[in-house]
Amino acid sequence: MEMQKLYLLVPLAPLFGAIIAGLLCRVIPRWVAHTVTIAGVAIAFIASYVIFKDVLAGNTFNGPVYRWLTSGDYHFEVGFLIDPLTVTMMLVVTFVSLMVHIYTIGYMQDDPGYNRFFSYISLFTFSMLMLVMSNNFMQLFFGWEAVGLVSYLLIGFWYTRPTAIFANMKAFLVNRVGDFGFILGIGLILSHFGTLDYAAVFAKASALAATTIPLFGEGSAVALMTAVCILLFIGAMGKSAQVPLHVWLPDSMEGPTPISALIHAATMVTAGIFMVARMSPLFELSDTALSFVIVIGAITALFMGFLGVIQNDIKRVVAYSTLSQLGYMTVALGASAYSVAIFHLMTHAFFKALLFLAAGSVIIGMHHDQDIRNMGGLRKYMPITWITSLVGSLALIGTPFFAGFYSKDSIIEAVALSHIPGSGFAYFAVMASVFVTALYSFRMYFLVFHGEERFGKAAAHGDHHASHATSHAKDEHHDDDTHHDEAHGEEHHGLAPGQKPHETPWVVTLPLILLAIPSAIIGFMTIEPMLFGDFFKGAIFVDSEAHPVMKELAHHFHGAFAMATHALTTAVFWLALSGVVTAWYLYMKRPDIPVAIKARFGALYTLLDNKYYFDRFNEVVFAGGARLLGRGLWKGGDAGVIDGMIVNGAVRLVSWFATLARFFQTGHIYHYAFTMIIGVFVLMTLWVTRA
Amino acid sequence: MLATPLLSLAIWVPILAGFAVLATGADRNAPLARMLALLGAVAGLLVTIPLYTGFDLNTPAMQFVELHSWIPRFNVNYHLGVDGISVLFVLLNSFITVTVILAGWQVIDSRVAQYNAGFLIMSGLLNGIFSSLDGVLFYVFFEASLIPLYLIIGIWGGSNRVYAAFKFFLFTLMGSLLFLIALLYLFIESGGSFSILDWHKLPLGLTAQTWLFLAFLVAFAVKVPMWPVHTWLPDAHVEAPTGGSIVLAAIALKLGAYGFLRFSLPIAPDASHELSGLVIALSLIAIIYIGFVALVQEDMKKLVAYSSIAHMGFVTLGFFMFSALGVEGALVQMISHGFVSGAMFFAIGVMYDRAHSRQIADYGGVVNSMPKFAAFFMLFAMANAGLPATSGFVGEFMVILAAVDYNFWVAFAAATTMIVGAAYTLWMYKRVVFGAVANHHVAELTDINGREFLIFVLFAAGALGMGLYPQPFTEVMHSSVNELLRHVALSKIQ
Repeated sequence: MEMQKLYLLVPLAPLFGAIIAGLLCRVIPRWVAHTVTIAGVAIAFIASYVIFKDVLAGNTFNGPVYRWLTSGDYHFEVGFLIDPLTVTMMLVVTFVSLMVHIYTIGYMQDDPGYNRFFSYISLFTFSMLMLVMSNNFMQLFFGWEAVGLVSYLLIGFWYTRPTAIFANMKAFLVNRVGDFGFILGIGLILSHFGTLDYAAVFAKASALAATTIPLFGEGSAVALMTAVCILLFIGAMGKSAQVPLHVWLPDSMEGPTPISALIHAATMVTAGIFMVARMSPLFELSDTALSFVIVIGAITALFMGFLGVIQNDIKRVVAYSTLSQLGYMTVALGASAYSVAIFHLMTHAFFKALLFLAAGSVIIGMHHDQDIRNMGGLRKYMPITWITSLVGSLALIGTPFFAGFYSKDSIIEAVALSHIPGSGFAYFAVMASVFVTALYSFRMYFLVFHGEERFGKAAAHGDHHASHATSHAKDEHHDDDTHHDEAHGEEHHGLAPGQKPHETPWVVTLPLILLAIPSAIIGFMTIEPMLFGDFFKGAIFVDSEAHPVMKELAHHFHGAFAMATHALTTAVFWLALSGVVTAWYLYMKRPDIPVAIKARFGALYTLLDNKYYFDRFNEVVFAGGARLLGRGLWKGGDAGVIDGMIVNGAVRLVSWFATLARFFQTGHIYHYAFTMIIGVFVLMTLWVTRA
Repeated sequence: MLATPLLSLAIWVPILAGFAVLATGADRNAPLARMLALLGAVAGLLVTIPLYTGFDLNTPAMQFVELHSWIPRFNVNYHLGVDGISVLFVLLNSFITVTVILAGWQVIDSRVAQYNAGFLIMSGLLNGIFSSLDGVLFYVFFEASLIPLYLIIGIWGGSNRVYAAFKFFLFTLMGSLLFLIALLYLFIESGGSFSILDWHKLPLGLTAQTWLFLAFLVAFAVKVPMWPVHTWLPDAHVEAPTGGSIVLAAIALKLGAYGFLRFSLPIAPDASHELSGLVIALSLIAIIYIGFVALVQEDMKKLVAYSSIAHMGFVTLGFFMFSALGVEGALVQMISHGFVSGAMFFAIGVMYDRAHSRQIADYGGVVNSMPKFAAFFMLFAMANAGLPATSGFVGEFMVILAAVDYNFWVAFAAATTMIVGAAYTLWMYKRVVFGAVANHHVAELTDINGREFLIFVLFAAGALGMGLYPQPFTEVMHSSVNELLRHVALSKIQ
């Protein structure tokens, strides 16, 4: 009983903070807003830790909080499922959220929307916790959409910026496309399982494994599990930004940096990964769905990585890196290595939140200039940000012993062992991506922290300085991407000539340090229980007969230390290292080479620069098409046919009759008499002929 | 029979209060008229509360029944009663009346007494519709309720109000005539009874059922409104004053849908099954076609009016899948739409009162001058887009889930509203509320006052309460909906 109160406390404490800071945002002083929200999230974190210990002791929980709705034979409940998977997510969410809350005190200190911001991020924490703690699909969908709402509110936090309010609407709508599939998947589950409760659905899953449904007519039956899993995964593609529903994530960088770290890197975007892992008993029953998952993940991992290489906005580099890493997690799911996906989700949450918050620290230091071409040599001025960024970057590229190494290397090995159709392509994609990841990560790292100090010059039109050629090419880029350009125009404050960057206050650097620690060591510490122990027993289901990936992976594993030392002899390590060296050579040693490459491969650059034309396509075909269709139906259908022909046509018909009738109402008595006589004559004729 | 005739009170308290308000005279005693109207509306709401608290959840039968002879010669009775399907609409209507009286408080300053009296009388008549169990009584209330709304649009409406009022009146009258013929046919067939409950048990051949169903369909489709007889609604909304729009959207649109459940389904069950494909097709057209039309509207009221039609498409879709989840989802959608569209029209009215424009293009950056308003408007825009935790989600969720069970592709078509509905609502919100201050009219806007705040809070309580905990709403429906579905599943052909 006591534990159940604690479960309730975890989501409600942040909600309480959000309500206080939100409803009273005009009344209370700033310190009240941040104290009450930070206290709420801290309580949630501590409670999560207590629950974690309790779960380790073997106490899981699955039960309702209240009955939301009954209808017919169906019951919908709000309830909690507390198991190892849930507590892992709870700890990650509350810890990163706590770090971001503290960081926000420094990042948003000059913003008039300070209290509102704290309210939103606490509301987000509540929504995300409701999502991960749910024991049924209805509440999952509630949390799913609620985090989408808060994401919408936060991307558009600076609501006077045209780019921000475009980006938040785009994010919401693209997510709705995913949710469209998601709700249909939930509908199929309710229709065939008769319940939305996880445990009951999973219990019935194997019995329905062979069920087919005539989705495309009676002749062509589709396996129920395949349909359900692909529809659910479409939801995950929206939330976790998988190609082709990834388009909203880069634009979401319009939001303040703390939420980019919390929502668009560490937690919300991983909801799709979590959901698929949670649904492992269903996905295990459909190889078709797993193939679909692995191929989509592989495409995302590789092709989004390429885009990171050419970005110049510090946040967008990290954003594309997030897309690529989400692709990695998805690939792991497709390879039936669900626990590896969750493991990477966790390590990624730490090092990617770190990288984003460090980027934010750089942005503060640079007085809100986000262009990495205006930086350089910052390590002298921002030592804490520099070191923590280095830790984050090393973790990201998979340097042995760092957190990212353990999770990423496990994914690559799992894919190598997988026999699901599409795994060959996925293996190639994740291997190639190792090099690309190292290249863009260290390109950014070198351009920001090393080399020549280029700040304080942009404003002075420094035509003479070395990166002239690069920035000139960038100007051309701006011309054909006005949207991006506007974003820049808003942000372009920058340092005045002669002004130096400065290290940020402790509320900013403390979270960096606290996130750098797990980014370095958490993989080493937890790989054994999470992947090869029985930590996830009962929470994640793998059919080890059909998909023996995890079993084989366990055979190869001889401890975390051995894994790291062994890695030094593998291709993965050398690919990453060559990526770093390439980045160093191209951007530190010979900056003329990237320029030459760009000139030589103009078409390829244009393709990348336009992000493979996804945005343009959506803008023209979907947005434009919908407006055209709407206008056609309105002017043609409603105004033209229905009102124009039918309604007004009826009116014209009536008035035509009226005109005709007017002939008989002349006011002359002899006309009436004559008409009457004709009438009598007609009637008499009828009567006579009838008789 | 109960000691207190609660349903009569629900009908006659507002009507008598309306006449009392009229007696205060034109504009000589405007403050008194307003005060009296509010008292009447609140009293009207209070007398309906026992209908919920005293409601027996375990019986599908009519409750709070009152039966008195009215015109003995034709066996016409003053026969009232509510079941789980109708009782919530009496409550919703009485609730909406309070908000409407408050909404016109500082806005209407000509013919104040008549305006308020019109709404009070209409409120009583609408309660009469939802509680009538006699065909003639129903028809009298049904037709009489047109008059106040017609007058409200025609007198306090916008510049093109006469055209809109006529269009509204003629469309609905056309449907009503067929409805009257159907009632007379049933009177004759049943051997001289106007009791709706008798008609439910009346055996009828398929041909007779089909004709009756079509007559009902025309009458109710106009009211709902269903595609293609919906074009009167955007015009009526655009011209109606804010209060008129609120009642029109929140209550008047529900009459047609209620008619399907009270007349079409139980009286002509076989024809309902035969022709369900037609109704479902029309519903899906309403959802998709109207959704796209809403997307390109330039007038905010028209946009919300079109979105109402699309939302009502969910209601008719839910009814004709003949599952408990579908029918209850549709009923939930009807009540939710009362809160959400009422609030949306009120929000537009708040802006209109200040800037005298409903054109989206005339706004931009409203959040800068009206932050409190923007927060409420966001809540209701999200509810309109069906966000979970708001009432807008519950009905859509239930109907979509029921539709997957019925036919996957019907659900697929219906679920497109998740995308299109969000698109038209949020695109409007973005252009009106977000952004930098667009012009000096927007800069001069003042944020909502206490009265407007109170109205928003009332609507928000409804929308959020129902979204977070819909069980108290649906548990009222269960017995009656299950009984209805049992009844509809049995053939009447003998």
